[in-house]
Amino acid sequence: MAEFVARPIIGLEIHVQLATRTKMFCGCPLEFGAPPNSRVCPVCGGLPGALPVINRQAFEYAVRTALALNCRIAALTKWDRKSYYYPDLPKNYQISQYDLPLGSDGRFEISAAEVGDAAGAESTSTAGTRAVRIRRAHLEEDAGKNTHEGLDHTRVDLNRAGTPLLEIVTEPDLANADETYAFCVELQRLVRHLGVSEADMQKGHMRFEPNVNVAITFEGREYRTPISEIKNLNSFRHVHDAVAYEIRRQVAAWEADRDYTLDKLGKMNFGWDDVRGVTEFQRGKEEAHDYRYFPDPDLTPVTVDDAWLNELRGGLCELPLTRVSRYVEQHGLSRVDADNLAADRASAELFDAAVAAGADGRTLARQFLSFWAAEANRRQGTIAKLGVDPAHMADLARLVHEGLINATTAAGVASMLIERRQSPTVIVEAEGMLQVRDEGAMERWINEAIAANPKAWADAKGIPKKAQAALGFIRGQVMKLSAGKADPRMVGELLEKKLRE
Amino acid sequence: MTTPPADNFKQWSIPPESSAAQAIDAALARIGQHDSAVHAFLDVWSHDARRRAAEIDARRAHGDDAEPLAGMPIAVKDNICTRNGRTTCASRILENYRSPFDAHVIERLEAAGAVIVGKTNLDEFAMGSSTEHSAFGPTRNPWNPACVPGGSSGGSAAAVAARMVPAALGSDTGGSIRQPAAFCGVTGLKPTYGRVSRYGLVAFGSSLDQIGPLAADARGVAAILRAIAGRDPRDSTSVEEPVPDYVAELDKPLAPKRIGIPREYFGAGLDGEVRAAVEEAVAVFERLGARRVEVSLPHTDDSLPVYYLISSAEASSNLARFDGVHYGHRTAHPADYIDVYSGSREEGFGAEVKRRIMLGTYALSSGYYDAYYLKALKVRTLIRDEFLRAFEACDLLACPTSPFPPFRLGERTEDPLSMYLADAYTFGANLAGVPAISLPCGFTASGLPIGLQLMGPHFSEARLLRAAHAYQRETDWHTRVPPGMA
Ligand SMILES: [Zn+2]
Repeated sequence: MAEFVARPIIGLEIHVQLATRTKMFCGCPLEFGAPPNSRVCPVCGGLPGALPVINRQAFEYAVRTALALNCRIAALTKWDRKSYYYPDLPKNYQISQYDLPLGSDGRFEISAAEVGDAAGAESTSTAGTRAVRIRRAHLEEDAGKNTHEGLDHTRVDLNRAGTPLLEIVTEPDLANADETYAFCVELQRLVRHLGVSEADMQKGHMRFEPNVNVAITFEGREYRTPISEIKNLNSFRHVHDAVAYEIRRQVAAWEADRDYTLDKLGKMNFGWDDVRGVTEFQRGKEEAHDYRYFPDPDLTPVTVDDAWLNELRGGLCELPLTRVSRYVEQHGLSRVDADNLAADRASAELFDAAVAAGADGRTLARQFLSFWAAEANRRQGTIAKLGVDPAHMADLARLVHEGLINATTAAGVASMLIERRQSPTVIVEAEGMLQVRDEGAMERWINEAIAANPKAWADAKGIPKKAQAALGFIRGQVMKLSAGKADPRMVGELLEKKLRE
Repeated sequence: MTTPPADNFKQWSIPPESSAAQAIDAALARIGQHDSAVHAFLDVWSHDARRRAAEIDARRAHGDDAEPLAGMPIAVKDNICTRNGRTTCASRILENYRSPFDAHVIERLEAAGAVIVGKTNLDEFAMGSSTEHSAFGPTRNPWNPACVPGGSSGGSAAAVAARMVPAALGSDTGGSIRQPAAFCGVTGLKPTYGRVSRYGLVAFGSSLDQIGPLAADARGVAAILRAIAGRDPRDSTSVEEPVPDYVAELDKPLAPKRIGIPREYFGAGLDGEVRAAVEEAVAVFERLGARRVEVSLPHTDDSLPVYYLISSAEASSNLARFDGVHYGHRTAHPADYIDVYSGSREEGFGAEVKRRIMLGTYALSSGYYDAYYLKALKVRTLIRDEFLRAFEACDLLACPTSPFPPFRLGERTEDPLSMYLADAYTFGANLAGVPAISLPCGFTASGLPIGLQLMGPHFSEARLLRAAHAYQRETDWHTRVPPGMA
């Protein structure tokens, strides 16, 4: 049989809604869920005579993101009009950036560990990262929303018109649906970390358009299937499923017809039907729009100076993925744990502060991922929002690390810390929670436990099959007698010693 | 020569014994008397103007300081947005459009005490040179009703010429203030691009459009410019540049020592009477002590195609918003949503507007962009550089405003290209972004006005006005009033 290799080629276009207070070119507030057309002025409503004025904050957010994506920032960037007629586009052109985007030639690292986690296809748990090249990043304004009512009625809500969007376009560097998914997740984490977007998928703050085709090698020749652009996906899962489906569909289409190629058919647009789990053809290259881009004469070009860029660069802080790698190296954490720790920027910063205050990283990480996370969940917030002093967190980690209290006690102390704001050392002393490490007392509890459970003790000494469970039972009895205060490690050591006697 | 009563309007502050109400009444009376023949106005705000005048008089009676233009009646071209009345752009598509906001210039004028008495006629969306392309009928030249007043600010120029108002606002994309000023025998200034905010001016060619004043003389123009010039944060292209007191500057000695004569503006297409009048005007400047300098603007012939490509390209995009979906005329029974667009635009726009939209759309289309629009932008840069070089050799340029005097209604409507030539000498200033003024400099044998154009470097409005004022102290062309309108 002839060799057959299908290599998917995937790129992404992502629109990220920026979390500015006002719209891109006017002063209307950005509010989700306001009554229709209540956040509209002459500028975003496209009335005659109105003129756009750049939102400096949006520009700064966009440049900050482009810097984090390692883009080259254009010293001079301009604005262009993209023309098409649609009822939700009041000027019938969109102000965008065409040939001088504010950012270009970037690269973004995604965690290779996330590949496979995504949908559980192949599990590639290899640690490390993978770089995806960023072709460009530019600012533009969003359109309004059309609501179709029946067959002959469309209502237009312009509240969203003029919302600042950052469009990010990758090179076709993604190899499969999992990697595409991972990219989207990592980008969401980045823009949240930077504070430039809430990246709330429910509110449509991130919208994705994957470009998919497949390079097929067969009988020594390479064929390329037509590029499908899958429009307007607004969930990570839809991205994954649509890309996975499209790869399968394209290979099957090519197998059925060798002329199903890029050369013959060019680029096509598809939509995603999530209910049926299939992509749907929208239009081919013949129907492609001519957007008649030209420089917007109402806006002057923006020059970006190095001093400002350096200032922004300085404010970027450690990016999420760099932090994850550091946690893995510095504290010997697993990638998954490190990932979870770094998920929320403020909480990760709190973690770093507690480490700086003397906490052992591994112990503190365990506490963050267990009881601190539980406390945060209970309050439907983040660990950072619990408001606990990092020095107190460090103290609590030390008490456990040095065996002065056990994990269960620590969890109890943690919940007290949220209310009391006292040092954990003071609390455990006042509450008599310190672990007992006195050999005499320990000896007494052990002897009592053995005496009360002779059968178990015999098992522990006897057949190896049962020994482990029996010993565990005895250890539990000792802990019970000590009212949880016995140092479990010491109990274990003493029991081992007794067994060997 | 007897001083016509309308000359009272040259007095920009109301004499103590007179009132704003009297000034407004006089203007409204003249509009009532002459506008049925001229049709300068699309709408007259009699009621609101009288109310505003009464408010001003009440404030004055209180002893409040009068604003610099207190009680001055002003007419406004109907492509400038006003909260009051309608803003139609002389187009069916905006026939009933009411703007929810005032243009920046309207705010400024009203803050200065001026009283808007109405909105004036224009070529639809300011596209034209005769005001014949108005959906609501043409304006006639007060000097000869068989002739056009020029355009596109023909209504504003005619209103000033007939002394219905002492001053008016126009807009100038390729000569639309200066050419009608020349045709109507009044003074009109196109400021430097960025000198006056475009906020509230319905865009035609955004990179060329400027609002500017028309008045009987340089003093009137200076008074209005002083009120409307300056940076406006709502227009990103308006420039942070100090605004001189243009009125006070008028009486400083004539600074321009070197008057540049651009060879290309005196070529084959120039009418003999216009040439003679302009040469005579240059001689007046020489008598005033200026030196005549021959200069060359070699790309002058390219300015017409460059202007039409750029202005039409921008217009095709600017006018895309008039679609019947959000506001303005909507076709009655659209078959589908595409039909809302095509039907509304088909019915709403006139032939000239459609011609420009098609030309502009074509110039921006993929495959043609580089050959047309981009090339036009490049030549525009050459034209601008050429002007800047010329201003190294001279302080200002003098030339005819239009190659020919006012033509008859209907004479050029069938041949768009011959109409476009009416602005051949005015495109340059818009493409280069420099200020230019047109002032009366004589009459043809048949009694039609001739205009002299002066152009200066960026932000040299004070110099232009001073030169115009110096000329007007030596001549009386600007005081002439059309027959029967004294
Ligand atoms: Zn707005």
